[in-house]
Amino acid sequence: MKLVTGIIQPHRLDEVKAALEAAGVRGMTVSEASGYGRQRGHTEVYRGAEYQVDLIPKVRIEVLVADEDAVAITDAIVGAAHSGKIGDGKVWTVPVEDVARVRTGEHGPSAL
Amino acid sequence: MPFALDSGNTAWMLTASALVLLMTPGLAFFYGGMVRGKSVLNMMMMSFAAMGVVGVIWMLYGYSGAFGSNVLGGLVGNPLEFFGVNTITDEQSLMAAAGVPALVAVVFQATFAIITVALISGAVADRMKFSAWMVFAGIWATLVYIPMAHMVWGGGLLGPDGITSGISTPIDFAGGTVVHINAGMAGLVLAIILGKRKGFNKEPMRPHNLPFVMLGAALLWFGWFGFNAGSEFAADGTAGRAWLNTVLATCVAMLGWLATEKVRDGRPTSLGAASGVVAGLVAITPAAASVDTFGAIAIGGIAGVLCALAVGLKYKFGYDDSLDVVGVHLVGGLTGTVLIGFFAHVGGGVNGTWYLDGSKNGLFYGGGANQLVTQIIVALFAVVFSGVMTTIIALAIKAVMGLRATEEAEVGGIDLAVHGETAYESLGGARVTQEVKA
Repeated sequence: MKLVTGIIQPHRLDEVKAALEAAGVRGMTVSEASGYGRQRGHTEVYRGAEYQVDLIPKVRIEVLVADEDAVAITDAIVGAAHSGKIGDGKVWTVPVEDVARVRTGEHGPSAL
Repeated sequence: MPFALDSGNTAWMLTASALVLLMTPGLAFFYGGMVRGKSVLNMMMMSFAAMGVVGVIWMLYGYSGAFGSNVLGGLVGNPLEFFGVNTITDEQSLMAAAGVPALVAVVFQATFAIITVALISGAVADRMKFSAWMVFAGIWATLVYIPMAHMVWGGGLLGPDGITSGISTPIDFAGGTVVHINAGMAGLVLAIILGKRKGFNKEPMRPHNLPFVMLGAALLWFGWFGFNAGSEFAADGTAGRAWLNTVLATCVAMLGWLATEKVRDGRPTSLGAASGVVAGLVAITPAAASVDTFGAIAIGGIAGVLCALAVGLKYKFGYDDSLDVVGVHLVGGLTGTVLIGFFAHVGGGVNGTWYLDGSKNGLFYGGGANQLVTQIIVALFAVVFSGVMTTIIALAIKAVMGLRATEEAEVGGIDLAVHGETAYESLGGARVTQEVKA
C-alpha cells in the first residue's frame, strides 16, 4: 500500500478530483496548506510599503492506494494539476505499513 | 438682535450633528482595519475614549472656551462665560443669525472637537498606554483644540480681526486648520516622542481587515456631509455648494490616489481608494464653500496625488506615524488651506459660494496674492501652535505617568494585555476555565 500526497494550486482542485474519480479512486483527504517552493511567495503593497509574503495558499490532497496503482494515480494528479507555471506544486509517494478501516476493524489492502 | 427660530435650519443642524458624531466610530473602523489583529480593539477604543472624554469637557467649559469672549489677547475664549451651557441664551447662539438655538450649536461643535482628538490616535497605534491616551485626549482638547477653534472661528487671533486683518480674512470653512493641520501636527509630534513600534520597517505590519477600512471610509464620507455642509449653519444654497464640493473633490482625490499607485506600484489598491477618499475630504474641508466646481476638482486631484506620495515620508525620515495621520491629515489639511489662496472664488457669479467679510478671490481668480499670503500665515501658525503645545503636553505626560505600553503588551497584543479582550477567537486561544460567578 502507498500514500500519494500532492501539493497543488488551489484553483486546480476540481480538475484533480475529477481526474482521480475517473481513475477509480473512491476516497481522498483534502486540506488547506500554505508554503512556498522555488517561486518564493509574492509581494503585497500597502500605501507604498512592500511586504514579501512567503507562505502562499496551497491545497494538500492525500490518497491511499494499492501498490500497483501508485504510478497511475500520481500521473493523474500531475496531469490534472499542471498549468505550466512556477508554483504548480509537487506529488510524492511513500510506503504505508498498515491501514485499518474504523467501521469494520479490517486491516490491510481490503481496508483501502 | 432678537432671536427668531428657523425650524428648517435647526432641523438640518440637529441632523448634521448626528452625522459628524458618526464620523468618530467610522474613524474607529477606518483605523481599526489598518492595524494588526492583535490591537484592533485598542485602536477603536482610542476613538471611543475621545468621545467620552472630549464630550464631557465640551459641555462643561469647551464650548465657552472656544466661542466665549476673547481673553489672553484672543488666544482663547473665556471658559467660564458659558460654563455648563445652562445659562446661554439663544440670542448668544453662534448660529443666531440662521435662527438655530444655542444648544444645537454647542452639540454641533462638540462633534468637531471629538473627531479632531480621535484623528491623532492613528499616529500611535499598537503602543500607547491607554491611560496616557485618556489623559492626553483631555489635556490636548483643552489646551490645543479649544484655543485653535477660538482663534479661527470664535473671533480670535486668526479671525477677521486677527493677525492677518491688514492683508485678508482667512478662510477655513469647516476645519482645515482647526481640525486637520492641528491633528496632523499633533500626530507627528506624538509619534516622534512615543517612538517607533517594535519592528517598524522591519517586520510586516499589514492591515488586518481592509473591508473595515473601506467601511470606515464610507462612514466618514457620509458623516462629512454634516461636517462640511453643516458648517454653513443653515440649509441653503451655500450648504449645497459645500455638499457638491464634498462629493466632487473626494471623487477626484480617490482617482488621483489610485492613479499614483498604478504608476508607482503597478496596482490600484482598496486601501488606496479608501485613503484617497479621506485625503479628498480633508483637503476640501476648509475650501468647501469657497471654491467653484473647477476649484474643487483641482484641490481634490492635487490632494489625492500629494497625500499618496506623502505617506512614504515616514520611512524616509524614520518616524512611525503608524496610520499616516501626517500623510493624510497634515498634508491634506495644508494642501486645502493653502490652495484656497489660488482657487478661492468668493465674488458673485458662482452659485452658492461663501465668503467672510474681508476675504478675497484667489490668485487664479483675479484677487492677487493677498488671500494666498493669508492662508499660508494661518497654516504656519496652526503648524507651530499645535507642534509646540503638543510637544509640551506629551513630554509632561511622559514625565508624570509614561506614554508607552510595556513591550510585553505591544508584542503580545495590547488588546489582551490592556483591555483583557481579543477581537478574534484565534488570537486568544481561550477556553472557559471557570464559570462566571452570579
